[in-house]
Formats: sequence, structure tokens, C-alpha cells
Amino acid sequence: MSDMYGKGILKGLGVSLKRFADTYLDDLKWLGRRYGTDQGIAHRSGKDASGIFTVQYPEEKLPMPEEFRFIPFLVYDEGPNGEKNLRCTSCGICSKVCPPQCIWILRSSDPVTGRPIPDPADFFIDADICMNCGLCAEYCPFDAIKMDHDYEQASFGRNVLNKAQLSKSAKYYESIRPANAQRENAARLAKEAARVGKAA
Amino acid sequence: MATPAPAQTIDLSARFPGILQPDTRPGYTGWIVDKSNLLEFASALKTELGYDYLSSLTGVDYLPEGKMEVVYQVYKTTGGPGVLFKVQVPRAEVVEVPSLMPVYPGVELQEREAWDMYGIKFTGHPDLRRILMWEGFAGYPLRKDWHEPYFEEEVKPFKSRWPEGKIVQAEGKNRFADNVTYPAGFDPENQTFKPEEALYDSLEKYQKAEIGLDTDHIIVNMGPQHPSTHGVFRVAVMLDGETVVNLKPVMGYLHRNHEKIGERNTYIMNMPYTDRLDYLASMSNNFGYALAVEKLMNVQPTERADYIRVMMAEMTRISNHLFLIGTLLNDLGAYFTPMLYALEERELILDIFEAVTGSRMMCNYFRFGGVARDLPEGTLQKVREIFFERLPRKIDELDRFLSENEIIRSRTVGQGVLTAEDAIKYSAAGPLARASGIPYDVRRAEPYSVYDRLEFDVCTRTHGDIYDRLMIRFDEIRQSIRIVQQVTKQIPEGPIVSMKPVYQVRVPAGEAYGRVEGPKGELGFYLISNGKPTPWRYHVRAPSFINLTAFGPMCVGQKLADAVAILGSIDIVLGEVDR
Amino acid sequence: MEPNDLNAPGFEIPPELKGQLAITSLDRIYNWGRSASVWPLMFGLACCAIEMICTAASRYDLARFGMEIMRPSPRQSDLMIVSGTVTKKMVPNIVRLYNQMPEPKYVLAMGACASGGGPFKEGYNVVSGVDKYVPVDVYVPGCPPTPQALLNGLMKVQEKIKGETLKTSRWYRKGPDQAEIPIPLLGPDLIDPRKIALIKNGEKA
Repeated sequence: MSDMYGKGILKGLGVSLKRFADTYLDDLKWLGRRYGTDQGIAHRSGKDASGIFTVQYPEEKLPMPEEFRFIPFLVYDEGPNGEKNLRCTSCGICSKVCPPQCIWILRSSDPVTGRPIPDPADFFIDADICMNCGLCAEYCPFDAIKMDHDYEQASFGRNVLNKAQLSKSAKYYESIRPANAQRENAARLAKEAARVGKAA
Repeated sequence: MATPAPAQTIDLSARFPGILQPDTRPGYTGWIVDKSNLLEFASALKTELGYDYLSSLTGVDYLPEGKMEVVYQVYKTTGGPGVLFKVQVPRAEVVEVPSLMPVYPGVELQEREAWDMYGIKFTGHPDLRRILMWEGFAGYPLRKDWHEPYFEEEVKPFKSRWPEGKIVQAEGKNRFADNVTYPAGFDPENQTFKPEEALYDSLEKYQKAEIGLDTDHIIVNMGPQHPSTHGVFRVAVMLDGETVVNLKPVMGYLHRNHEKIGERNTYIMNMPYTDRLDYLASMSNNFGYALAVEKLMNVQPTERADYIRVMMAEMTRISNHLFLIGTLLNDLGAYFTPMLYALEERELILDIFEAVTGSRMMCNYFRFGGVARDLPEGTLQKVREIFFERLPRKIDELDRFLSENEIIRSRTVGQGVLTAEDAIKYSAAGPLARASGIPYDVRRAEPYSVYDRLEFDVCTRTHGDIYDRLMIRFDEIRQSIRIVQQVTKQIPEGPIVSMKPVYQVRVPAGEAYGRVEGPKGELGFYLISNGKPTPWRYHVRAPSFINLTAFGPMCVGQKLADAVAILGSIDIVLGEVDR
Repeated sequence: MEPNDLNAPGFEIPPELKGQLAITSLDRIYNWGRSASVWPLMFGLACCAIEMICTAASRYDLARFGMEIMRPSPRQSDLMIVSGTVTKKMVPNIVRLYNQMPEPKYVLAMGACASGGGPFKEGYNVVSGVDKYVPVDVYVPGCPPTPQALLNGLMKVQEKIKGETLKTSRWYRKGPDQAEIPIPLLGPDLIDPRKIALIKNGEKA
């Protein structure tokens, strides 16, 4: 019996029908816990995903992996009286390594002696130029600038961010990048211990 | 680990006495030909010595030495190292070099680009017009003494950013608050500007119909804004009714000055910019650039990094081919359903990219000597789950969905045929050439990274029509799945970068051409360094750009709707075409 | 779409009629209809276009917002999502498309390149932001913005639409339509017809 003309189309339609039926069968298998729950989102992003693939933003947000990079931010450590101690020493490496040169740093100087203080007087990032490459965070020697996870930055005007808008706490940083923060804190403590040991 | 083969291993000076001299500048390879002997040398290379495939043509401006150079790279389609030869001419307002069109017709678009960017006039080229900029633009942009309107300094980093970094946006420094500059005494009101005239004139030659009836052919623009042109790409088509008589692609609508910016960037800064070339396959661009710079620096990546690189490159290939299958089916008219199925699998791969590199598309993952960071916990497990259990089954399902469909077959089988001779003639690369029967794959012809340890087949098909170009992508996805499966078994532990991560790398003077088999074809990076922190010349051999040379001849005689499908099957991405 | 959004505040609806009755104003109904069925112009320039296509695909479905109808023709669309780098060669076409869109129209600058030139700002063929030629309503930074970020931006467009009122809308005024933008010319460099006086006075200044 020769191949019927139209068999290929019917095969294709069979695939679509199976996927259509799957959308109902998968919903039934999960019995209402499929939408709005973390396991449901994980199921829809995993290897057994079948049926409706949609992650319904804004009610359900896909969790961002730790390495995700959006616009950078400056990390500050909270002092004992609640003051914000920025880790940035305005060394300028991030502005030198930024590919589109979107970082402007104004180094502050001591009003009496005129020598530079390791603290930025002001820090600008033009978010309309930033290409989210992460080179600034990668080459900062003081763990002072890191890439943020917050992608909800749509606005009605242009986005030039200054020091106040860019500063976020170290606690926030640890909450978004726990493994990285742990590794960096351990390295910093080890370096401190080595320095104290050498001085003693 | 494979060391890339040297640029040439035959002694050409014995075969061509007196015509050639070897390039003896430190770090340089290749031969220098005098321009009066160029055509004779090139035809002898092609017909007698068998170097039938011209891969890349580019111009270089050596301002301090007062000369300009045109660099040619040719290969044999049977494999092996290539021949790099150059023509040097003294620098002037307009320089002239004979065109290689009679010998290698694949240089058509590349010579137009050298004319546009450098002012090198190729005598004998049938249609030498600007290609990336518009007719009437003032100046030749890639020349070293031509500065753009927002010019700050010759090389980055700019001094205005630190330590006195008071933010002044670039618009604030320009009189027009925009990126423009005009020649002195320019009066826009007393002139008319006709950037399109040369394009329509070049099509007018085909105006008269050949057969008896006195009919007119009409020119239709499939303009930059079109649902099927894969981006901002324009085609000026001369039609006889519904049949295409001639076709001229117009590009440059996404010309983002990658090469000029690349000359101002330091080497590490160029890495995120290479992501944006072929934006569907960002890590294969990173791969080519990293290989070229590592050749110059004479640095080898670590073994674990090599395996990670290959895994990422093959996953990028799969993600690209899935996108292509979706968009080609879109162009054929199957509005969006196959695309949704293909994009679903692609999303799972992009999740892996996001977890490892930080971004779905602009990965910026490769560094000189390795990769930027190690694979996080659980990545290999996730890759195994998807590549052993899910993806083979889903590709088979997609294949069953599409490949025997009678409508797809009647639209694609036998249409848009590119014969094997034409593919070599027009310098077609990648799946476009392999679907016509030429088994040329850079991963086998000049193995790089760990490809010589992995088992995979070079996929070819014989007919060279649209259907074969669609099916060869399924074949290639299956081979890539095979490679990733082997990598997950063979990957060793170890360091991921072989040199200390510094942001100012020392690159010795010289030239290097690093090429990889990208999903669209041979992607090459030609770098010239003069020992400074920034490259002197940075050229991208873009496969989509050169594959478009074959687009015109493939479409002659087809209907307009088929031209759309043919364009979809060539697989162009405008970031690479326009750079 | 919650019926509560449609109800004008200050009017108490008895519980047995909730869900069947809404007391609202003409503005609210008008904006509700418009914001829930914005038709974007299928206008992908560069890499951001791929993220836009992924937003329209099955994982981040645009059809839930009523925006899945991406019209290639400007005559049938409301929202121009400028996704990708705006180059000088392309600007005349963008302005022509903007002029051809019927009112009410909105522009969303997606990505760093459309908002402010992006990483390619210093290039000689790149326009530093599409707002140099076309008025932009919402800017979405990122390179490229992830589909969730784009959806956030589209929700901001919806927010803007819901905040408009018929009393002050441009398209119901009498008189000349000020939104027609003169098309730039391609000469030795890009020429903006609104700046011709500035160009002519150039060398004397």
C-alpha cells in the first residue's frame, strides 16, 4: 500500500493534539497546586515540563539564579550607629575596565591636606549605557561593586544613577548571592588573619 | 589539546619566484604580493594549487607607515591550512587595487565593505557602492585619521571618568546634542540628497524583458521593516510579475561600528562586545575571539576550561538551530506553532546559560586562558538530565512534526537550489555549504580546543535546496547532543583559567586569525596587535554577511514568496551581517 | 482584570450585585479597553528583538496582556517597541513608521541602546537614544532586558494609559496634529530637519 498523501500532515497534527491533551492532563495531575507554588514553577522549568509552559509574571516570578547580572550596585557595611560605610575606595578600576565607559567616579580629597581619601565623593552609572557585562564586579579588588538582581527598572525618564541610588547593604548582597558572599567573606577573614599574624 | 595548525606549510616562493615575498614583520605570517601580479597569482593559486575557497578579505590602515593593506585568506575545501597573502599600497585619498571578482566571486560584498570603510577602490568590481553606510556619507570611517563625532580619546579608558569623574554625557559636549558632525560650510537647504539612486541604477540594467512582449519589470523593496527579514534587512527585488529577475540586498541598518569601537577597547573590553555580533549564539563569538587573542599571546586554556568551552559552544549551536527552525517555519507560513515548540526547548537551555554565566543571551563567559567562573553546583546534573533524557526525545518529536509534512515539502523540496560549485564560488560557509554537499567543517578541517578527542559526524546533505537546509539543522542538533553527552562524561576537575585574571593583558605584536565553526558558518577574528593594550586592527569574518553573496543567484527565477523562505534558510542574523 | 479596578471609588455596591454591576466613568472604561488590548508593532531591530520574541513565546506569554497580536503594519498598531540599536541609516524609517501609526500611539524604548545609545553610543552610525527623534513613554534599561523586565515595562505602559483622561488627550483636540515628526535626511551625516537653523549657523558661532 503506497503512502497516503497527507500522512505527514496527519502525523504533525497528532503531535499537536498530544501536546494539547497534555495541557489538561498535566493540570489534572497536579490538582490545582500547579500555579502559584514554587514546586509548580520548578516543574515547569525542569526536565519533565509538559503541558502549559507559561510562568505567569507578575503573579509568579521565576527565581533568578545566583549569577544573574543586571545593573551594578555599591555595597555598604552597616556601622554600629547605622551609618553606611561604602566599601568603595574609589580606586577607579571599575571605571577603567567598563567596556562602554559608563562609570564616572569623583574621588574625594582631604579638605586640609588635599590628599586623596579612599572614599568616593560621588559615583555615577548611566544605566542607559550599561551593558550588564559584569566586568566591574569581576575586577573590583574590594568586593565593593556587585551586580544586582532587580530587573524591574522600567521608568518614564532616562536612568542615570548616582551614589545614593546605587548603595545597597551587605545584607541585601548576601541574600541575593549567598555562595559568593560566603566565599568572599571567608577570603577576607583569612587575609585579615594573615595580616594580623604577620604584624604580631 | 589541539594546537591550531599554522597558517601555511607550503613554500610558495619556489613556485612563484619574484612575485612573492614573505611577510617578515615580527609576529606576522603570510606573503606579500605586488598589486600588478595579484590576479595572476590568485588564479594560479585557485586552478593549479587547488585553493578554491576564499574565506576572508579585509583592509588595514597602517597610518604611521603610510600604507594600506588588503589581506586575503584562502583555503582548500579538502581541508588543511590556508594561505594568507596581502597587497600593500601607499596611503592616499583613494587607493586602487585590482578586484578578485573574476577569480573568486565570493569577494563581492567584502570588497564593497573595504571600499566603504577604507576608500580602497577595487578596479574591475561590477558594482562598487557603499554597503554599510549610505551613498553620500562623508569620509571613510575605519581609517585611523577619521574621528567620529563623539570622539574622546584614541583608546580607552578615558581620563574623564576617574578621578575627576563629574558626569557629562556625550550629548552635552556636542554642539547638536547628538552624534553628528558636518563638513565645513555645509548648507543642508540648497541640496538634495539621493542615497538610493545608485542602488536603483544598478538594478536598472535588468529592466528590459528578454522575450518578445514589451513589459516592464518593477522594483519592489522588501524593506527594513518586514516580519520575515530576521531583523532590519532590506532587499530590492526586480520582479517580472511574481518571478524574481534580480535581487540586491541592502544592509547597514544595524551597523553598530563594532570594528571601530573594537580598536578603541582594550582586549578584555572587547569580549562583551563580541556577544552582540551573532546575538543568538553569543558564546561561539566569545570562543573565536578568545582563540584569536590566545594565539597572539601564546597562551593555552586549561583542560577543564576547554571542555566547558566546548559544552557551551555546542549548547549554543543547539539553541541557535532551534531558533532557526522556528523562524524558518514562520517564514513558510506556519504561524508560530512550531516556533513555540522549538522555543520551549531553547528556554531550558537558556536557563542553564543564566545559571552558569549570568545572562540568557549576552554571556560574556570566556576569558583568555579559560572561562570566567566555574560551573555552579548541580549544573552538570541539570545538563545530564536535559541532554540525556529530554532533548533527544523532543527533537525527534519536532522532526516527526515537520519533516514529512506535505505542505513543507512541496514548498521547500527543489526550491532555492545552491549547487556545490556555486557554494564554493560564492564562499558559502557552514550549514549552507554542507547542505549542498561540501563536507567542510572547521572543527574537522583545523581542529581547535578538544574537538579532536570527541566523536561526531560532519553532517552533509546533497540537494542544496531549502528542505535540505532545514533537515541538516536537525542532523547537526543530534550531533551536538552527542558531543555534549561525551563532554559530560569526560570533563576533568581542575583550574578553570591558566593565567592570573588581570584586566590589562599584555599582547605581543603580531597578527592572528582565529576561527571557529559557529552555528552559521566559519566565524573568524582577524586581529593585529602592535604591543599596545588595544588592538590595531580588529576584523570579524562574519559568515552571515558572506553567505549573502549567494542569496542573489539562488533567488533568480524563483517566486517572491520563495525568496523569503530562501532567506530564512540561509540563516542570517543582522548583528553579524552589519557588525 | 479585577472588576474592582473598573469601579470608580466612592460608590458602594451592595454585595449581592458585586460582580454584576460596576459604577464607573467614561475615562475608566475607555482606558480599561485600551490598556487591555494594546497591539504592538512588530519592530525588532537587534538583540532585544529576540527577547521580545521570547516574551511573546509560550514561557512569558504576552497573550495574557492582550498584546499577542504583533502587527507588522504600523497602521494597525498602538505601541512601537523600539527594541535594539537605532542607527542613523534606520532612523528615517523609524520616524516614517511613527508618523504612520494612528493616534493614540505609544513608544517603549526597550534596552540600553534604544534608551540612550547603549554600549554603542560612541559609534559613528549610532543615534544616542530613539528619544532624539520620537517621543518615548517608557524606558526599560538592560542589555537585553529579560522578558520579565520587558513585561514590567509593558505594565508601566498600561499604567500610563490608565492614567490618561479624555479631557486632555491630544487626539481629540481640534487643530493641527503636532505629533507629525519631519523625516531626517541622509546627507554627509544624518540631518534632523528641526535643527537646520543650528546647522546653518554652525561655522559662524
